[in-house]
Parts: sequence; C-alpha cells; structure tokens
Amino acid sequence: MLEVDGLVKAFGGFRAVDGCTLRVGKGEILGLIGPNGAGKTTLFNLVAGALQPTLGTIRFLGEDITALPTDARFHKGLVRTFQIPHEFHNLSARENLMMVPPRQPGENLFANWFAAGKVRAAEEAVRKKADDTLAFLELTHVADERAGNLSGGQKKLLELGRTMMTEAKLVLLDEPAAGVNRTLLRKLEEKILILNRERGYTFILIEHDMEMIEKLCDPVVCMAEGKVLIQGDFQTVRSDSRVLEAYLGETPTAVEREAAEHDPKVEELREQELHREDL
Amino acid sequence: MDLLGLANYAVFMAILIGIYALLALGLNIQWGFTGLFNAGIAGFFAVGAYTSAILTSLPASGRLGGYELPLLLGWAASMVAAAAIAWPIGKICLRFRSDYLAIATIGIAEIIRLVIRTEGWLTGGVRGVTGIPRPFGELDYMPSQIAYLAIVATLVLVAYLLVERQVKAPWGRMMRAIRDNELAAAAMGKQVEARRLQAFVFGSALMGLAGALFVHFNRSVTPEAIDPMIATFLIWIMLILGGSGNNRGAILGAAVIWIIWSVSELLTDRLPTEIAVQAKYARVFIIGLTLQLVLRFRPEGILPERQPGSPPHR
Repeated sequence: MLEVDGLVKAFGGFRAVDGCTLRVGKGEILGLIGPNGAGKTTLFNLVAGALQPTLGTIRFLGEDITALPTDARFHKGLVRTFQIPHEFHNLSARENLMMVPPRQPGENLFANWFAAGKVRAAEEAVRKKADDTLAFLELTHVADERAGNLSGGQKKLLELGRTMMTEAKLVLLDEPAAGVNRTLLRKLEEKILILNRERGYTFILIEHDMEMIEKLCDPVVCMAEGKVLIQGDFQTVRSDSRVLEAYLGETPTAVEREAAEHDPKVEELREQELHREDL
Repeated sequence: MDLLGLANYAVFMAILIGIYALLALGLNIQWGFTGLFNAGIAGFFAVGAYTSAILTSLPASGRLGGYELPLLLGWAASMVAAAAIAWPIGKICLRFRSDYLAIATIGIAEIIRLVIRTEGWLTGGVRGVTGIPRPFGELDYMPSQIAYLAIVATLVLVAYLLVERQVKAPWGRMMRAIRDNELAAAAMGKQVEARRLQAFVFGSALMGLAGALFVHFNRSVTPEAIDPMIATFLIWIMLILGGSGNNRGAILGAAVIWIIWSVSELLTDRLPTEIAVQAKYARVFIIGLTLQLVLRFRPEGILPERQPGSPPHR
C-alpha cells in the first residue's frame, strides 16, 4: 500500500531521516518505535506531504506521490494525525469533524447563494456523520464545546475522529496515547482495532507505550538515527540487541551478553554495521 | 446649525458610513475570517472608483473615458476590476506570511496611487475625473441625498446578507479552520492557498464596489480624494473596534469611527483659524487614543466574533 524508498530529509547538515526504506501492506497496523529524535515524526511529515524529502520516493497505492502537496494526498486517502494535537481551537468539537469531508457543496461560494437547498441537505448528512463519530468516541457531551477548551486526551480522540470523517485508506497516528489516561487509552486501542477490522483502515502508529504496540501492531519497525533498524513481529523487535541498546535501554544481563557475543547472527550483523560505517 | 442642516448632515454622514461599512466588510472577509493582513485597502478602493468613473462619466478631452455606460455596468465593472487586480497580487503574495502581505499591499496601493496621479491619459491625472453621473442626481438636493442613501443602504444590506450566509456556511467553517491551523487544514485536504486567494479576491471586490459608490456620490474623483489615512488606516480601526470576525461589528465600527471622525472635524472647524490647523492633527490623535482604549479594555471589539461553547481560558 505504501512504499517508501531511500528517503532522506536533511535539515542543513543534519539528516533527520537518513535513507529510510519501508513497506506497509494493506490492512496492517504497523508500529513505529524508536528513541526520541529517531526521525519517526519527520518520516510522517514526509509521507503526509508536510515536508518535501531531500532524496527518495514515496509511492502510495502504486502511484508516486513524492511531489504531491498535502491536500492532494488527503484526497487519495492518506490521512494523518499530529503528535501535538492540531485541533481547530476556535471551532467547536463538532465543527472540527464537520470541516473534514472533502468536496462539500457549501465550500463553494456561489453554491451558498444559488443552491442553498443542496448545501443544506449535504450539511445535514455531514452533521449526522459528525454526531455518529462523536458518539463512537464518547465525546457527545462536548460536541458544542470550543475545541481549544478540551482536555489533551479529548483532543487526541478528536484527531482520531477527523480521520473517520473521510474515506481514509491509510492513517498515520502520531503518538495517540501520549498524555491520555489509562481508561481512555484502552478505549483508544479498541477504536483503532474496530477501525482496522470493520472499516479496513491501514495504520502506521508511532508510540512509546509498549503495551499498546504489543496489543495492536504487527509488524513493528524500530528506527534510530533516521534509519530503520529492524522490522519484525513485536517479540523479535523487542528482544533485538540493537533495539535494546538504541531504544529500550535495558542493559542485557551478563549471560545474555555472553550469548549474544557468540551468536553468529549477531556477529554477522555487527560486521555489517562496521562495514557500513567504513563506507 | 438649524434642524434641516442637521438632517442634511446626518444623511450625508450616513451615506459615507455605508460606503465605509462596505470597505470594513471587505476587510472582515480578508482579515476577520481568513487572517490576511491587507494594508492596501485604498488601492482596491481607488481601482473600483476610477473604473466606474471612466466607464460612466461624460466625455472629456485628454483622458480615457466618456463611455457613458449604464451605472450598474460601471458598478459591476468596478468589482471585477478590483478583483482582477487582487488576483495576481494574491497569487504572488499569499504564499508569504501575513506581515509580508501587509508590506506588499502597502506597496501596491502606493503604485496604484502614483499611476492614477501620473497617467493623465487614463485618469485625468491630478485634475481627476468629473462629470460622473449620480443616480437620482437630477432631483433636488435633499431627495437626491435620501435616494442615494437608500441605494447605499440596500447594497450594504445585500453585501451583509451575502457575506453572512457565506461565513455561516461550510465555506466559513473551512476558512476559520484554515485561520486557526493552516497545517491541519491542509492535512484535512483543504487547499489553503487557493482558499485564501478566494477570500482575498472576494473582499477586494467589495472594496471596489465601495470605491464606485464613493465617486458617484461625489460626482467627481481626484487622487487626493482617496486618502490612505482614511481608506486604509481608518477602515482597520473600524474593524478592530467593531469586532473583527463579526459582520455586524464591522458595520457598527464603521458608524462609530466615522461619527467620531466627522464630528471632531465639525468641532475643529469652529476653532479660531490659528488653532484649527493644529486641531486637525488632534483628530488623528483621538482616533489613535480610541484604538488604544479598545485594545486595552476590549481587544475583541464591541461585537466580538461568535465563539462556540464556554469562553476561552485566559
């Protein structure tokens, strides 16, 4: 569904994303983990079109979208959420959702003056959809509240809600669990699973909450220093020594270290790593 | 001043308030709902003014014009011309952040002013355009004034209703979303630049219409008649004081500021001549002071923008 090849994003001399290659298949919930500064959010910005890559290509549904602007990618079914909630703060929660559906007749200046009936009918449908979404997210009680006044967790839910207001195919979720309390978190996981199974959304999920990653994601990709370290199922990634070193920060016990040192596979990888540095 | 004189003055003032209300509504579309800092309102006002003047005026030697076209055609053309000038400006400048747009629009307005002054073949240069017809201009003074007021008031009402419908529609919701968070609006598939351009052109068209109404009211136009001090600076104050993002506020602001501005002129004119000249500057001071007080005590304006739900946390 999504093919990212040799993606590089340089900010001056610093390469936030440095030769990243990634495949996402239809119906997957791909978990993207890695230490802060690994380039996860930059990768999202590149895929969503908020940033232009220095090098590399992005293909979505078989089509090269590298040069497309953000809004055009949205219309192809590629929708993102933000790590720090980007709600429209002066709009109500309901309006935040109602603005999303593409090609609303009421967005045309002249339709509002000369085809008021058509606009009204479309508005009613959009409003119904927004109310259903709010109910699904259990946000009905704050429907008319100014979005800027919502709590951090509610804003996160609203971000997810916006992706439900359109025919999304691939949804990029940037740390949906950050700052969300435990009960709400479980709810969020449930919603993501429902969207994946019942509405066929494919997800890429950036998250630091390992419990959530374990529950939802297969495969899991770990990034560090702008590159993909490893891709595999949760257990494989979790127990990989490089992931432990770069991210999870657990020092392997002496026995494990000993075992790793004599593991031919690890030796081989280390060799490759050194070889890459030589290049 | 006798009663009739007072009534005359009130009608005169109301007509101008109507014209400035159109300018304020145009600015409200650009700044209030979209966040575009247009500091060249006078430029679009002038384009509208001269377009209608040239198309509808009596023939005169030495300048373009004298087509004696119907009035309504002239007014429509003034809107089209202002919009047509706004389009390339917006196309180039709206990619910049708001302060660059402000500088660019000041520059454009100044260029328009200089073109009007110096291109005599087109605009009559400093002598301006005279012989501009006025609807019901053949009536006596008072009925003619009242008839013109009725026309202006009707147009303001129509403009108000059209803009109001627009901003309450999904269009307005989308524009407020773009103003609130450009990045997220783009991520939700909205074409931010194209939509801003649309608002910029739409607002400028209203400014052009205001220009046309202004010249047909005066029956003539000279470069001096279009003063950026009034047609740009004062309009900004009208909108901020009335309530940016609220169309009724824009109209109310136009009325309040114009009343302060012209009544203070009435007062300074009565002073002895030695002081009168200096007192003219005091009027600018009073307007500036009003703005300061509004910004200090009621920054959202007299009629603030409608907000959903509970008031924002401060």
